[in-house]
Amino acid sequence: MSLLSVRDLTVSFPTSDGVVRAVRGLSFDVEAGQTLGIVGETGSGKSVSALSLLGLNPGADISGSAVFEGTELLALRQDQLRRVRGAEIAMIFQDPLSSLHPYYRVGWQICEAIRTHRRTSRAEAMRQAVELLRMVSIPQPERRVSAFPHELSGGMRQRAMIAMALALRPKLLIADEPTTALDATVQAQLMELLGGMQRELGMAMIVITHDLGLVATVADSVLVMYAGRGAERADYRTIFRSPHHPYTRGLLASIPGAAGSGGRLVPIVGQPPSLIRIPSGCAFHPRCPFAMDVCVRDQPPFVPVSGGEGHLSACWLPPDAVGVDAAADVARQRYVEGRRGPAIARLRAAVAGARPGGAVAHG
Amino acid sequence: MSLSPFEVDSASLVAEDEQSAEALDAIAGIEGRSPLRLALARLRSDRVAWLAAGMILLMVVLALIAPVLSSMTGHSPYNPDLVNGTDSFGQPYGPGQAGFLLGTDNVGRDILVRVAYGARISLLVGILSTLLATIGGTALGLVSGYYGGWIDALLARLMDAVLSFPYVLAAIVLAAVFGGSLPLTIGVIAFFSWAAIGRIVRGQTLSQKEKEYVEAARSIGAGSFRIMFVDILPNLIAPVIVLGTLLVPVAIVFEATLDYLGVGVGPPTPTWGNMLADDQGSAGFGAWWFWVFPSIALLITTLGFNLLGDSVRDALDPRTERLFAMRRKKVAAAGPDASAGAGTEPLSDGTEA
Amino acid sequence: MADTAAPVNPASDEPSLVAAPAEDHPLLRVENVVKHFPIKRGIFFKRQIGSVQAVEGVSLEVRRGETLGLVGETGCGKSTLARCITRLYPLTSGQVIFDGADISRLSARQLRTYRRRMQMIFQDPFGSLNPRRRVGSIIGDPLAIHGIADGGERKRRVQELMEVVGLNPEHYNRFPSEFSGGQRQRIGVARALALRPSLIVCDEPVSALDVSVQAQIINLLEDLQGEFNLTYVFIAHDLAVVEHVSDRVAVMYLGKIVELAETAELFGSPRHPYTAALLSASMVADPEKARSSHRVVLYGDVPSPINPPSGCRFHTRCPKAQPICSVDEPPLRVQAGDPAGHVTACHFPVAPGEQLVGAAPPISATATAFAAASPDISEGGGA
Repeated sequence: MSLLSVRDLTVSFPTSDGVVRAVRGLSFDVEAGQTLGIVGETGSGKSVSALSLLGLNPGADISGSAVFEGTELLALRQDQLRRVRGAEIAMIFQDPLSSLHPYYRVGWQICEAIRTHRRTSRAEAMRQAVELLRMVSIPQPERRVSAFPHELSGGMRQRAMIAMALALRPKLLIADEPTTALDATVQAQLMELLGGMQRELGMAMIVITHDLGLVATVADSVLVMYAGRGAERADYRTIFRSPHHPYTRGLLASIPGAAGSGGRLVPIVGQPPSLIRIPSGCAFHPRCPFAMDVCVRDQPPFVPVSGGEGHLSACWLPPDAVGVDAAADVARQRYVEGRRGPAIARLRAAVAGARPGGAVAHG
Repeated sequence: MSLSPFEVDSASLVAEDEQSAEALDAIAGIEGRSPLRLALARLRSDRVAWLAAGMILLMVVLALIAPVLSSMTGHSPYNPDLVNGTDSFGQPYGPGQAGFLLGTDNVGRDILVRVAYGARISLLVGILSTLLATIGGTALGLVSGYYGGWIDALLARLMDAVLSFPYVLAAIVLAAVFGGSLPLTIGVIAFFSWAAIGRIVRGQTLSQKEKEYVEAARSIGAGSFRIMFVDILPNLIAPVIVLGTLLVPVAIVFEATLDYLGVGVGPPTPTWGNMLADDQGSAGFGAWWFWVFPSIALLITTLGFNLLGDSVRDALDPRTERLFAMRRKKVAAAGPDASAGAGTEPLSDGTEA
Repeated sequence: MADTAAPVNPASDEPSLVAAPAEDHPLLRVENVVKHFPIKRGIFFKRQIGSVQAVEGVSLEVRRGETLGLVGETGCGKSTLARCITRLYPLTSGQVIFDGADISRLSARQLRTYRRRMQMIFQDPFGSLNPRRRVGSIIGDPLAIHGIADGGERKRRVQELMEVVGLNPEHYNRFPSEFSGGQRQRIGVARALALRPSLIVCDEPVSALDVSVQAQIINLLEDLQGEFNLTYVFIAHDLAVVEHVSDRVAVMYLGKIVELAETAELFGSPRHPYTAALLSASMVADPEKARSSHRVVLYGDVPSPINPPSGCRFHTRCPKAQPICSVDEPPLRVQAGDPAGHVTACHFPVAPGEQLVGAAPPISATATAFAAASPDISEGGGA
């Protein structure tokens, strides 16, 4: 049984411009001790889904199910959730400064995190705090516990935050864009640290990021999200070597140095959609080079495809249309050709009409 | 490489890979509104703003029709009329007596006509002095914040000095030296008000000039003047408008205070301050209409501007979107009162502890 | 597949400022540029209590038509150097020679001529566009400031530019807030292009963009380079992006260039231990490479640029450091066995094939790290 099992999670926010449908029926599992990478662009719903599990999205309409060790998280009251947060599921955020209170000493904050959940004496908690700081390789932890957050460098703050998150030996750590604001060498330090802690504590991790490099480095399995839904899910090798979904394929082609790119980059056209007006059918169809009529009409189910064990994809292309090389693209192309009809013609016409002066000569 | 079908087809489907971004947006329907239009739309949805505008409009109309009132009733705002304006015992008329809607004062002048004329002075002083203070304060605040260094040190200290000066005392001294007059009153009020705006503008300028768009302007060769007035100034309009709106009632009360103390626009000019200071003579406090009507006029005006200022501030502040969304929802009376979350990727709003 | 659809060739309708571009000298030469930011205290009488040594004696050349990549981590001075090159900052000392002319001491007025030929693209697509001005006037600003075009003519030119960078010219009257991040960056590119510059300094132009949009902008910049014969100085911290766009790459650490070489040469056989560590630390979006490669983890934090280490500035974190490194500063020179264009500032360069060991830091390094973390200067000034 999975440590965390999320089924059909849906999150929406009412705003003055309309309902933002941030997550639309997302399902995934996290196994004990494993790392799941959730990849997506701005507005793909990747952070929202994680925050919703922990009840950190006030004002959102949430439905679906999220079972953590037999407990339904979405049914818990706030005070019950607080007991889970920190102790069972910990979270680290992108900005280390905003997660540490500026007016309290680092050691005190870690102590509080411990004493909120465990009955320990202040002295014992402080001793643990020092130990934790040592564990995250902050030099001279005896001195550092009495430092204020602003007295630590960016890297040290990030590590202090991790110490705090790990204080109660959680079973699951959710890292929301943990490396985004960091330099390459600091990123490497941090991920090495997290990897070491994961092995030591045997905890599972969800790494939420837009950085495919990070996913390639740390994830066991990968979930690619687009417009609030899972687009593709597979083990890390399959995602990079035999992706099925054209969005995953497109991401790989647009990153310098990634498996699918070589020479000139091939960007995905257009922008991610507004979550208030999500395109019909498959939300990716306006940007998809392999869009067919069915894609405009019907939302594809998240079904097994042939990349490997547990490889799921939400795309109308045949299950064996996987791969990153030119041959795979040709095969996709051939499949698509006979399946384009009036809907795609209308889409092309709309695009041409929206352009100034109609079609532009193509060089 | 260019033979990859992925690339070829994306091109044939949507014309050309990079240029098609726009077109796809048109389909996705991403659109926005200019900040000013958004603010106006929000202001229109604000009932308090409508009320405030109504109050101000009432006073403006009163000011505009003051001469009409005077000629219609035949009552002069200046000249005492002990014959028609007082009863046979020389006592002033109360409201509604002898055709005087709001009564008369000690020397028989129609209080309605005088209140209407007073509105002219009050609005003139309030708006003109605020305008002067706003222009001066904005210009000096911009210069101070943008240039920094000794210019800033000098101007910032000057603003502190002006703000901490006992202005009533200064006004009394000035009036004693030059004699009270309308231009002097406006000048004094403007002089003691600009620093409040200047200080805010200076602070805003300090933060705006660190923005990358200022650097971008410099990189294309824009001079200091252009950067200050073309690039930075539009970004200060919002706080300046709010502050300006809120300064008008302050100026009006200031003027009334100076008049009341006898160092503003002197009698017999009909101002609300002068009317409040009018000798109640033998009528004593029994002649409540002497002071109640000018007070009500003063109250309506200042309340109107204050409420309008608050509404404008809310309308211009993007952080209040939630408030407006809720208000709209209430107006529409639609569904449960779920509080609105704005972002699609909300920032972390708590720690895990 | 360049934007050949553009109706005009903008390069042709503006006479060049120089009569005949001399091909024998580099377009840009930076010599020994130093930039210190003074740290002052006091309200009335400010006295200097120190300085942030953001850029410390940098020399490099940028050839016509090439892209020079500039990489380094936060606080290494790369953005400060960019602003020294474009003279947004006055230099503390040194020279910036643009197309044969020394522009390092020119006044703001004298600089205006050069501003037309040297433009900048900024990192933040939100902060670098004035939120209260319309796109048309933002892009038209350079034309207005330099008195090149007015009224209808300016509008026509701006709309051409918008088309060149892939924006809908009908959106001339919109505000920046009505565009997405990638489109805003296109606006920034159009503004930089308006004066037909020969050099564009790109300061992290794609760092703030989504992955799929990043590639759009990178391709756009590449197309424009070919079309308008542009020279780029391209600053980024993403090594994959720099490798993709650059002809040559310079690596900076604490205000100095530690290594400079042709892109393939630098990525293939880095000689400076810092370059090697940086390359090994970057996470490639390729699982085999990402997991098999030997990762050199540097310990400690970047020392404070207010009080940089003596000798080689990297010695406090260097796995190969010897006593001489803390005393003697190595010059930037061609190391034995390297091609002529590959310079490295190191006493003990990494041998080809050598595996660096990420050693725990010596005690002195830890102490330096603490100095770096002391209050109010923890992240350094500058860039």
